[in-house]
Order: sequence, then C-alpha cells, then structure tokens
Amino acid sequence: MTPGLWELVLKGVWTTVQLLVFSGLLAAAVSFAVGIARTHRRWAVRFLAGCYTEVFRGTSALIMIFWVFFVLPLAFGWQLVPMWAGTLALGLTYGAYGAEIVRGALNAVDPAQREGGTALGFTPWQQMRKILLPQAVPEMIPPFSNLLVELLKGTALVSVMGMGDLAFSGNLVRLALQESAQIYTYILLVYFVIAFLLTRLMRGLEHRLKAAAGKVPGPALPVRRSGASTVGGGAS
Amino acid sequence: MTWDWGAVRDFLPHFWDGLLVTLQALVLGSLISFALGLVWALLLHTPARPHAPSGARRWYALVRWPVALVTEFIRDTPLLVQLFFLFYVLPEWGLTLSALTTGVIAIGLHYSTYTMQVYRAGIEAVPAGQWEAAAALSLPPRRAWTAVILPQAIRRVVPALGNYVIAMLKDTPMLMTITVLDMLGEARLFSQQHFQFTEPLTVIGVAFVLISCPASLLLRALERRLVR
Repeated sequence: MTPGLWELVLKGVWTTVQLLVFSGLLAAAVSFAVGIARTHRRWAVRFLAGCYTEVFRGTSALIMIFWVFFVLPLAFGWQLVPMWAGTLALGLTYGAYGAEIVRGALNAVDPAQREGGTALGFTPWQQMRKILLPQAVPEMIPPFSNLLVELLKGTALVSVMGMGDLAFSGNLVRLALQESAQIYTYILLVYFVIAFLLTRLMRGLEHRLKAAAGKVPGPALPVRRSGASTVGGGAS
Repeated sequence: MTWDWGAVRDFLPHFWDGLLVTLQALVLGSLISFALGLVWALLLHTPARPHAPSGARRWYALVRWPVALVTEFIRDTPLLVQLFFLFYVLPEWGLTLSALTTGVIAIGLHYSTYTMQVYRAGIEAVPAGQWEAAAALSLPPRRAWTAVILPQAIRRVVPALGNYVIAMLKDTPMLMTITVLDMLGEARLFSQQHFQFTEPLTVIGVAFVLISCPASLLLRALERRLVR
C-alpha cells in the first residue's frame, strides 16, 4: 500500500472514532433520559418511553440510517451534515438499547434503598440522584461496554451512505488495489483493536465506580480485605 | 410532508419479494448460527467438565485458544466488513457463491459467536449432580452429553437464542450492500427509480417493528413456559 492509501485509511479511522464518540454520547444521554422515564411514577411517561424503545429497537439501525439520510431531507426539508445524520441515527437506535440497561440496573437496586430515601424525606429526583444512580451506574458498565462494541460495529453502517469512515475507505482501497483479503484483514484488525481498547477502558471505569460506591473494597479499605482472607481461609 | 398512498401501493409487490428474501436469509442464517454456535461451545467448554480423561483435556487445550481467539475476533468486528470480506475475498480464493449464500454464511458465522455464549451459559447451568449421575451410570462422555446434558441445556437456552433471531432479522438489511434484494434492497431500488424515498423506507421500517415486536412478546411467553 502506498502512503496516500494509508492516509486514506487513517482518515477513515478518525471519522470512525469521531462518529463513535458523538453517537456514544448521544446514546448515553438518550439511555439515561428514556431509562429513567421508564421507572417514572406516571403511567403516561412510562408508556411513551416504552414506545420509544420498542420502535427504535424494533427497526434495524441500517433502516434508521436510510431514513435519516433520505426521508428527513425530502419529507421535512432537514438536510443534515453526514456526521450529524450518522450520529443521530446511531445514537437514537443504540440509546433505545441503552435505556433497557438503565431501567434494568435501576430496578435491580434494593427497594429498601428507595424506601430509605422516602423515609428521609428526599424528593423523587433527589432519591434518583443521590441514592439510586450511584448504586445503579456501576452495574450498568458491563452491559454498556458490550453496547459500546455493538455501537462501534454499527458505525460501519454509515459507509453505505458514502461517509468516509473506516469501512468506506477500506472499500476504496480495495477498488484501488484489488487485494481484498489483505485490505479487509487490516480493516477488521483495526476494528478489533478499537473494540479491545474500549472494553479495557470500560473495565477500568467499572472498577473505579464500584470502589467509589463502596461496592468493592478498594485500596482505601485494606482492613476488610485482609480480615476476610484470614477469617475465611483460602478455601472460600 | 406529503404522503403518497399510490407509491405505497406500487411498492407493495416489491415489498413482498423483499420480505421473502429477508425471511429466507433469516431462517438459513439462524440455522447456521445455531449449529455452529453449538460446535464452538462444545469445543470451548468440554474440558471444563471434571470427568474428562486427561488425554482429551490436553487435546482440547490445543483447540481451545485458537477457537477462543477466532470467535472473539469475529464477535468484535463489524458484520458489514465481514460481509465485504467474504463477498470479495471468496471469489479470489476460487469460491464463487451467490450474494445471498455469502450473506447467509456471514450472518450465520457472526451470530454463531453470540449463540456460543448462550449455549455455554446453558451448559454451565446444568447442575453438577447431572454429571455425577451420568458418571455413576458409567455413561461414556458422548452419551452423557447427548442423553443427559444437552437436552437440558438446550431447553433452557431456547428463549435466549430467539433474542438473537430478532437481532439477525435486524441485521439482514446489510445484505443489500452486497447486491441482495432484501426488503431494504427492494426499497432502495424502488426509491431510486421513482424518487420516492419516504414511503418505501417507512413501510419497511414499520414492517420490521411489526415483525420484531410480536416476536419478542412470543419469546417472553416461551421463556415463561420453558424456564421455571
């Protein structure tokens, strides 16, 4: 491969990473908004949030991308920059999956915790912010880590619209060189490396958040850890 | 915003053709992923069982890590690029398949790495006492698997496998990129010929919701019945 083609691939990597970051942020915002709405006291709010998840989980991400790229401009006159169109389609779709993760983690918090908040006279919003979320967020990290890898793989779909991401530039290089096996192996490897880095990053984040919420005896609490190992012995 | 029912009517015959192709890809892809996933799971998780003879354990150790590496790689890379890979590389290697066949293989291969995890969970959920009972009856390992363990494991994982069928359904539109005329392929062709994008794309979007929502309700019912 010539330097020019490598540059093309690197540009594709950059586009993919940008798209991943933007749509990841949008998806996180949507997940928390919709996921929290699904645990709301009012029936109507829960129902609307449920409709959102069903529709966006029910359709394919690729169809959403087509819709944003073709139907929005024609039907509503909103022509988006490709990067924002891709971000919107991916963020809304994967946000619907994330909303289920948020809902599940919130429901998994011991009901007594919420009752404790009520007993202390916290408002629902205070309960959510000070009691439920700090305990639920560390539990969300492993499924979110999976979802992030799914999102990374989803970003390849925008190449169908001619956006110059990694999959697209891979295709261009293939057309230039006619060596499909070699080029696609490189492209797959790059995706694999990004996915690997993401999962490592999320694992570190999980550890820190759990330590912050007091769930894992971290280095700040050495007494409990050594006590447990002497009392419990090696077998447990 | 204008909505043209005439375009919907014109699109419908194409829609049925596309639906048929989508369902075909879905069924064949599911079958491949179910079968291959079980193969991966057995290759990866057999030696974890306590009663395997040590020679077999050593042999599996050699198979195990390449399988783990390959499945992890397939799992963490985009299906779209894998589709391109197979579609453009297989002919170079002298294996020319139809676009639909290539797509079905790609979907089956990709999702086999997911069903593998499902089978693993199912196998691990079979109580250890069942293994001990099989050993007590001195069943040979193969009989223990086929007569005792797998029937229980697979019964448990049917609902989880169903989830991946829905996921596969939503990935079939990717086949459009390798010239398969599935639902999205038909919609794109139609919209380019008639320059009416809104109607066909909305129709297939609704069709996907209409297929996948009842399917997930059905799965929830199945789950309640099978997993107690």
